[in-house]
Amino acid sequence: MSRSNLSRRSFLSKSAVLGCSAAASPLLTPVSLASAPGERRLVVIILRGAMDGIDVLRPWGDADYAALRPTLADSQQNTLQLTDFHGMHSGLKDLMPLWKNGELGFVQATSTPYRDKRSHFDGQDLLEAGTAELAPMRDRTGWLNRMLPHLQGAQERTAFAIGREDMLVLAGQSDVSNWSPDVDITLTPQGLRLLELTLQSDPLIGPAMAEAIGLASLDGDSVAFDLSEGGMRGMMEEMSADANAALKGRSDHKIADFTAQQLLQDTRIASFSISGWDTHANQHRSLNRPLKQLSETILRLRDGLGARVWQQTTVLCMTEFGRTVRENGSRGTDHGTGGTMIMAGGAINGGRVYGQWPGLDPSALYKDRDLMPTSDVRAWAAWAMHDSFGIAQSALERDVFQGLDMGSTPNLLL
Amino acid sequence: MFDPEIAEIRYGTGLSSSARAPSSVQAMLDGLSSPDRMAERFPIESFDSFAPRVRQFTQARREARKQAGTEAGKAADKTRKKIASDAREAYGTFFRNTLLRRIHTETGLRERLAFFWADHFTAYANSSIIKWATSPYIETAIRPHIGGTFEDLLISAVTHPLMLNFLDQNTSVGPNSVAAQKAKARGRVKGLNENLAREVLELHTLGVNGPYTQDDVRNLAELFAGLGYTNKGVFRFVKNNGEPGAETILGKSYGGKTPALQDIHDALRDLARHPSTAQHIAEKLARHFVSDTPDPALVNAMASAYQDTNGDLVAVYDAMLSHPSAWQTEAENIKQPIDFMATTLRALEIDQAYLMRSKTRELRNLLYAPLQVMGQSWEKPIGPDGWPEENTHWATPQFMAARLQWALAVPQALRRTLPDPRDFARAALGNRLTPEVRFAAEAAENRWEGIALVLSSPAFQRQ
Repeated sequence: MSRSNLSRRSFLSKSAVLGCSAAASPLLTPVSLASAPGERRLVVIILRGAMDGIDVLRPWGDADYAALRPTLADSQQNTLQLTDFHGMHSGLKDLMPLWKNGELGFVQATSTPYRDKRSHFDGQDLLEAGTAELAPMRDRTGWLNRMLPHLQGAQERTAFAIGREDMLVLAGQSDVSNWSPDVDITLTPQGLRLLELTLQSDPLIGPAMAEAIGLASLDGDSVAFDLSEGGMRGMMEEMSADANAALKGRSDHKIADFTAQQLLQDTRIASFSISGWDTHANQHRSLNRPLKQLSETILRLRDGLGARVWQQTTVLCMTEFGRTVRENGSRGTDHGTGGTMIMAGGAINGGRVYGQWPGLDPSALYKDRDLMPTSDVRAWAAWAMHDSFGIAQSALERDVFQGLDMGSTPNLLL
Repeated sequence: MFDPEIAEIRYGTGLSSSARAPSSVQAMLDGLSSPDRMAERFPIESFDSFAPRVRQFTQARREARKQAGTEAGKAADKTRKKIASDAREAYGTFFRNTLLRRIHTETGLRERLAFFWADHFTAYANSSIIKWATSPYIETAIRPHIGGTFEDLLISAVTHPLMLNFLDQNTSVGPNSVAAQKAKARGRVKGLNENLAREVLELHTLGVNGPYTQDDVRNLAELFAGLGYTNKGVFRFVKNNGEPGAETILGKSYGGKTPALQDIHDALRDLARHPSTAQHIAEKLARHFVSDTPDPALVNAMASAYQDTNGDLVAVYDAMLSHPSAWQTEAENIKQPIDFMATTLRALEIDQAYLMRSKTRELRNLLYAPLQVMGQSWEKPIGPDGWPEENTHWATPQFMAARLQWALAVPQALRRTLPDPRDFARAALGNRLTPEVRFAAEAAENRWEGIALVLSSPAFQRQ
């Protein structure tokens, strides 16, 4: 899977430029002459660990709900009421204004085609690959990456995978950018040239480092060249500060802010993930942390983008599968099937819940344990791409999600 | 075939100018059964000695709450804080000693295998105190078994309290068990939790492509019901939680009317001896040590050795190390961050006295936190599947930048004077020193960049 494709040539020219006049180099500030493809933005957040869709979007109107979840189905609160049928988990209460504003929506009882083995890792890979079956590891590519060739004027900065982990959803043939906004590098121009020399022969490390040098200057504090003693101390302190922020899990905010920064420039598609959803025990407590993280991330994105760009933005929050309808023996839930997708952004037709509700009656469940999926989560993603970027339905059904039947438009976006 | 430098770099903890490299494959294997000198010199507590801290902590906390506002309450709170800070200090020592073992060992394969199996049987806790007990778990449940049979290792890891806690087994109760009946009578619900059973099949034994179904997961979970531990953190089989009746797993029936630990051991031994497990373990070892795409002949030789010996691990290592593919001169695998960091410290000959006296805070800023920025929080992979093996996972711009940043900044903080980069290049790379790296080490404007250029070079970053 090609992740970074800054060629050796561009690495060379970049370090040469740095050698002459580093501070003034236009290459150190992210200015791009190529026009970005349209104004719409799409952010895909992968919720790793299998979010319990029933607990997040609560089917208060279902007669079986409360009995199936003795410790999880709290008393219903008016402030969290979404529709006549649905309530929301209190962990998302800060998003209530978005719901009222039509900027938050849900899809209920949806899932990938993944069934029965309920493995997180295969489940996530299938979600990100967007295929019906899992291809062998080395042939896996992501659906966001496969969309890029259909995007007029797409270039490397158009799509951005952000954070410290692999995002299969963006991996593949088309060039994308990867960066984690918690690293800064300090190197002399000479050091940079020598680095190019020592790394040029390595097909993986070379391009990765080349892209790192380019990206390290993207987040505002560019690659620095201060070699005085104070400058060296500064490098140590900066590294310690970055490392500490990462240690305390504060990189979430950095990720949201960096994503917003990139989306304000040339980036139109961004993806990152939030972990912590595997709530096998004491879900009443353990679900709060990831929900808070998700809610803060969405709000920071909105604030970082500003009203104008937020109006152009769609955020899809998808998870590998849902969780068992019944609580387990540890006041948690186990791996299930049908789940919930969360959508946010000024571009969505929000304030509503999409998808059919299959019911929680034992006869309506999948394998007598899971919520029966009533839609393919890929179809919603496909319509979001269709509505955001004008990609033809035929291309989406043929190239991006091979063999998918998107059905008719749900009018997901405004 | 065998080459002492490759032995140190690919199967050990890197080149060192003071520690002796092994002289043969046999010497490498013998090292696994020789006295564990590193464990003696840089000790890590056993789990049994660590665990009482948890109970003492919760007792002190309860006491402090109960007697809040009184002198006794204040004293209990002080005790609670002391227990917590002692445990955190011990955790710092575990980290320090894990690195020191890698820096000084002459049986590097043992350290690498301890890491490999600890990762295969990833377990950790998130709640207070016990979250610092991962090293004691590895020291107790993993390290003594890496030269034994896979089934003994499997039973040791899967039934360990920390694993039972990590994968929620301790709260899983057979649906028809005595405990479930009693709970029902009191209007409560107790039931099964499939987490451990699933991961045993998917991750620990057969592999995700193995021949098991959801029914096997369910039945194994029912069989596992009863695995638990006392409030002192000692393993206990809780018969009342066990599911009465036999359970069928992969077509074979286990257990009878009364739940028994022996039935669980029997099932685990059978899973360990399954051909899919042999294949899964052989491939994973080959991927970890040799290549993302290992020579199928190498994997087959290892899987055969596994099957022929019912999972005698030394026989499997022997099959790997006796195969020509294991000694290919091209280094394919990119070091994982812990290997990158520890081999750096070993090559730099970081003074033991320095690491021993350095403050926890300093260790955290210079080593522990940077490891996380490189993508590998110490002993804490994201999920029970452990760390990814693929090069593409580690060679991302962000992780490579983190390594470079660390290689530039930290060596000079760890040593009073940095070595001459030219000497360091020879010491760290041996025969792998390329003309490019030699030139870079010579042409660097300052020592720290020279050192960083050596450390970031493919010759050093690949094993």
